[in-house]
Amino acid sequence: MLSIKNLQARVEEKEILKGINLEVKAGEVHAIMGPNGSGKSTLASILAGRETYEVTGGSITFEGKDLLELSPEDRAREGVFLAFQYPVEIPGVSTINFLKTAVNAIREYRGEEAMDAVSFLKMMKEKTKVVEIDETLLKRSLNEGFSGGEKKRNEIFQMAMLEPKLAVLDETDSGLDIDALKIVANGVNKLRSKNNAVIVVTHYQRLLDYIVPDYVHVLYNGRIVKSGTKELALELEAKGYDWIKNENTAV
Amino acid sequence: MSDSNKILEELTQSDYKYGFVTNIENESAPKGLSEDTVRFISAKKNEPQWLLDWRLKAFRHWLTLETPTWANVTFPAIDYQDIIYYSAPKQKVTLNSLDEIDPELRATFEKLGISLDEQKRLSGVAVDAVIDSVSITTTFKVKLSELGIIFCSMSEAVHEHPELVKKYLGTVVPITDNYFTALNSAVFSDGSFCYIPKGVRCPMELSTYFRINAANTGQFERTLLIADEGSHVSYLEGCTAPMRDENQLHAAVVELISMERAEIKYSTVQNWYPGDKNGKGGIYNFVTKRGICAGDHAKISWTQVETGSAITWKYPSVILKGDYSIGEFYSVAVTNNMQQADTGTKMIHIGKNTRSRIVSKGISAGKSQNSYRGLVEVKPRAINSRNFSQCDSLLMGDQCGAHTFPYIEVGNPSSIVEHEATTSKIGEDQVFYCNQRGIDTEKAVALIVNGYCKEVLNQLPMEFAVEAQKLLAISLEGSVG
Repeated sequence: MLSIKNLQARVEEKEILKGINLEVKAGEVHAIMGPNGSGKSTLASILAGRETYEVTGGSITFEGKDLLELSPEDRAREGVFLAFQYPVEIPGVSTINFLKTAVNAIREYRGEEAMDAVSFLKMMKEKTKVVEIDETLLKRSLNEGFSGGEKKRNEIFQMAMLEPKLAVLDETDSGLDIDALKIVANGVNKLRSKNNAVIVVTHYQRLLDYIVPDYVHVLYNGRIVKSGTKELALELEAKGYDWIKNENTAV
Repeated sequence: MSDSNKILEELTQSDYKYGFVTNIENESAPKGLSEDTVRFISAKKNEPQWLLDWRLKAFRHWLTLETPTWANVTFPAIDYQDIIYYSAPKQKVTLNSLDEIDPELRATFEKLGISLDEQKRLSGVAVDAVIDSVSITTTFKVKLSELGIIFCSMSEAVHEHPELVKKYLGTVVPITDNYFTALNSAVFSDGSFCYIPKGVRCPMELSTYFRINAANTGQFERTLLIADEGSHVSYLEGCTAPMRDENQLHAAVVELISMERAEIKYSTVQNWYPGDKNGKGGIYNFVTKRGICAGDHAKISWTQVETGSAITWKYPSVILKGDYSIGEFYSVAVTNNMQQADTGTKMIHIGKNTRSRIVSKGISAGKSQNSYRGLVEVKPRAINSRNFSQCDSLLMGDQCGAHTFPYIEVGNPSSIVEHEATTSKIGEDQVFYCNQRGIDTEKAVALIVNGYCKEVLNQLPMEFAVEAQKLLAISLEGSVG
């Protein structure tokens, strides 16, 4: 589904990604871990197409298409979803209205009819159950005055509504207490299927107790320095990131 | 094609879709302004002597005045001798039925999305259609008259309801009020007149549609709306003009009178031609709008969506004379390219326990300048009065300007006046967030802007709100990214 080859990127003059290789197949969950400043969020942003970063080398293929050639909105319409670390607020625009616009933009791209209000609301009702989100929240202005947990839950709700092929969760666990974390993870788990894939970007192992990954990659200094199964995350938890740092400075 | 597709197409392809000119025969006054011009207009309209005298008084006063310069707008001096003050489409003088309207004129209004055909209208909106200097037709007249409601052109009102016109004309906006009202009073050619009798709730939206068609012509219309005790009316106003390289002057006067417990809701979607991207052409929209809450518990609410005109100079105001009366002003003013807007309101609290509310949303893009100017005045005897003002500015790009000039004068200690103001920019983060959900930049901007203006758009009648939303998107086309 997703194939990243030797991806290099910088912001202004600073080189951040120095050759990333990653293969993600449908049905898989990959976790990307690493210390602060290792390039985790940069990778997530580049997948979504944020212009702050300049890709200087390598390639990303998604479902046979050159992802880097696509505009951010076309990536989304092709099925790439980013759950933001810091979701923005849009005053005066309700989540419902926002999502209706998004859903129909995506449907239009796929040559499908716009969804009418009745079926949209029906779909919304179903999905609110999946992610356990309060419907009154969805009538309020998007993310305006939401708590940290509500914002993250709203991201997962949007993911449920847009049904992406590839979901990238950027530090979705940051700022969540354990109960909120469970709800968010639960939502993601319910949305997992053999047809979609998830990339979980996280600093801590604890989210992976609830969203169990098939593969874990450790990103350090712009490169994936270690890959393994879920046990790697536990080892990392036990030994700390210094383990990775020491190993890599020694080489 | 889906609706959103169509809107998108309009968005990307149309600059100003009302810019066409209709080929109709005109009857015009010679260029220039003098006592003779005033007499010519009055004679054309077969007016009674008192009105001619009124006009001449206004004209003589106008000669003593100078163009006001206090507004935050700049434009070259207007040559008032280079303007045609009266231009009327030639057609039969009196119409027996709507079928007798010149087909070209009918087509013009169809093109603007306004049907003059009563049967074909889906919803109950009665229209008074004004083209250049005269009113073409008023729909639903018969139906309204059954309730005692008078809705007709100003010229007609002068002849058929002289007692009402004479009693109220110029009482809210005196001819001496300012430079442009004096000019308007001298040369006004038509406009709408409306009277809602005691206790009547007008069953449909009343609407006037203004269209400037002829070249070199100024439009000077006058609207007078009287809501008698306990009555209720919602009034809409729309306007467009062809694209021309020259600037055209529109100097209108609107007067509202709301009696005891009466309520007037006045909505405007102003879409005069704004000029091209380099600031060539466009309408100078110098308008005086004012209402008086003459009786206790009266209410006047102005809602305006201003997207057009090269220059807008306009302050719809409310004089809160009756005790417990309420004045409201909801405004969205959009400027793009080289447009300039200096707009706001005046709330004059005279009665006790009066309340006013101002919500102003300015949006500036391109190289435009957008100013809010507002006065809240609480007279000493207006005890226990309240005002709340909110003035927000949204900037798009880094070459435009947003300015706020609030004036507050409070004459007693029991009244409370609040003013809140914010300035913000459309964030790249907001646009990217929308992009990531599959929404393109153009639509994202429209979504964000509509969200920002929601409080005001919610005040508009349903169909107008939809129109206004599309208009906002079109006006801001290409201003981001």
